[in-house]
Amino acid sequence: MNNALSVASIVIKELYRRKDFYVLFVLTAIITLLMGSLHFFNDDRIVRYLKEICLLLIWISALAIAVGTSARQIPAERENRTIFPLLAKPITRGQLIAGKFLGCWLACGLALIVFYFFFGVISVSREHQWAAASFFQALWLHWWMLGVVVAMTLLGSVVFAAPSSNGTICLLIILSILLLGRHLNKVAVQLAEPMSGVVSAVYFAVPHLELFDVRDLVVHNWDPINWLICVGATLYAAAYAIFFLFATWLVFRRQLVLRWQPGCSPGTRVGRAAALSPIACWAS
Amino acid sequence: MPAQAVTTAKLPGMKPILKIEDLVVEYRTREFGQRVTVAVNRLSLEVFPGEVFGFLGPNGAGKTTTVNVLLGFVPVTRGAAYIFNVNVRDPIARQRIGYLPELTYYYKFLTAEELLRFYARIFRIPRAEIGPRIDEVLKLVGLDTARKRPIKTYSKGMQQRIGLAQALINEPDLLILDEPTSGLDPIGRMNVREMIQRLKSKGKTVFFSSHELGEVETVCDRVAILHQGELKATGRVSDLVEKYKCNLEQAFLKVIGYEPGHE
Repeated sequence: MNNALSVASIVIKELYRRKDFYVLFVLTAIITLLMGSLHFFNDDRIVRYLKEICLLLIWISALAIAVGTSARQIPAERENRTIFPLLAKPITRGQLIAGKFLGCWLACGLALIVFYFFFGVISVSREHQWAAASFFQALWLHWWMLGVVVAMTLLGSVVFAAPSSNGTICLLIILSILLLGRHLNKVAVQLAEPMSGVVSAVYFAVPHLELFDVRDLVVHNWDPINWLICVGATLYAAAYAIFFLFATWLVFRRQLVLRWQPGCSPGTRVGRAAALSPIACWAS
Repeated sequence: MPAQAVTTAKLPGMKPILKIEDLVVEYRTREFGQRVTVAVNRLSLEVFPGEVFGFLGPNGAGKTTTVNVLLGFVPVTRGAAYIFNVNVRDPIARQRIGYLPELTYYYKFLTAEELLRFYARIFRIPRAEIGPRIDEVLKLVGLDTARKRPIKTYSKGMQQRIGLAQALINEPDLLILDEPTSGLDPIGRMNVREMIQRLKSKGKTVFFSSHELGEVETVCDRVAILHQGELKATGRVSDLVEKYKCNLEQAFLKVIGYEPGHE
């Protein structure tokens, strides 16, 4: 656990020393403040739209931070070769994965606290009331949803070599789940076999991230959802995050830190290799 | 061809700190039609406590592959390697070693102090000891004044020195240096040599991969010469020089079978 926490602390330091978070926060703040300064149709309830837009921006920013941060973790360690001095220390690959996950997830949590604090200040200043329990549930479930996103993206980062391709693919999958996930079972009913079975299987296999979207509670100042449901959703997210992390570890533990490629150093060659490529080297 | 043993530093009853037994490392290239390449072939050697051991060979001889096996980066095809009697596959084998890679790359957004603190925590150095230990190694490598600066602002020589500092943070009993003077200017090289001598005088063991023969002749007690993945010779530098009746460079060229004009 000590090693995982040490790695996590480095990930968090990286996040707050990069500009990504600040840029996204400033953009969200500017858009929200600009919209908040306008007064449409003399309608006091317009503040709900403002809250909705602000929360949407927070969701987009949080997804960008979560996917962007976790997609580059392992590939950047390889590309910058920082993985060599690190793995030369008494740290296992499992601890490294756990540390990367914890770091990204905690960093996302810190970013969410800043975003939601800003959101809270804006909404209280306009509405003069604060549904604390609903607000907490929205923040809590959002954070656990990001845990699944981070774990999924980490799995992608050991499968795809380039952070950009991993980030794009993961973002597409996550947006598809968020937008289409809840409709897949209805689509499956309308399809013929075997497609119906395939779509149903996908419906039951994918993590339903849309379950964690309880923005409406905050926007409309509704009562909080049943706390048992909240606990259930937390366990659901934890199960998926553990599954993705386990899969990441399975792939990463057998993966070569170095990949042999033609280009630099000869060894004794057997078979056609000798004739085809006179030199080769270890590359990250 | 079996390795030509000159002499070993082995004393009766002394246990090797690093032991490689019949090591074979093969790899498969990704290109279509290519089969197996043997990077290291039946390598056996032992390094004893307090030695500075030079691991020599031309580019592509298998030195870095062997170092990568010792660090657990590359899986072994056959044979085994042990550090302090622990198989290198076990991460705990790396608890008492320091490693300086050929090219040093560290987290550029960290300062030297933060980087060393991070590695110290991985070695589970007690919290109270971390500060004094960081002060000590930063003074040793001459980076005391730059400790609060981000690593991205460091020159190449300074980055090599922070590499040495991180290799020394756990007071290792065995230091594995992979071409430590690669890319350094003459002053940087001299500093590294002095540091190796200092470590030797403290009784540390240094496993030193290089093809800089002048350097090896100055600092190493024993050497092993690797060529095309095979161990060609091992023994004391002085014995090797005496056997071939020439300097280390010429002896090295003879051992690897190099004839001028016939590559």
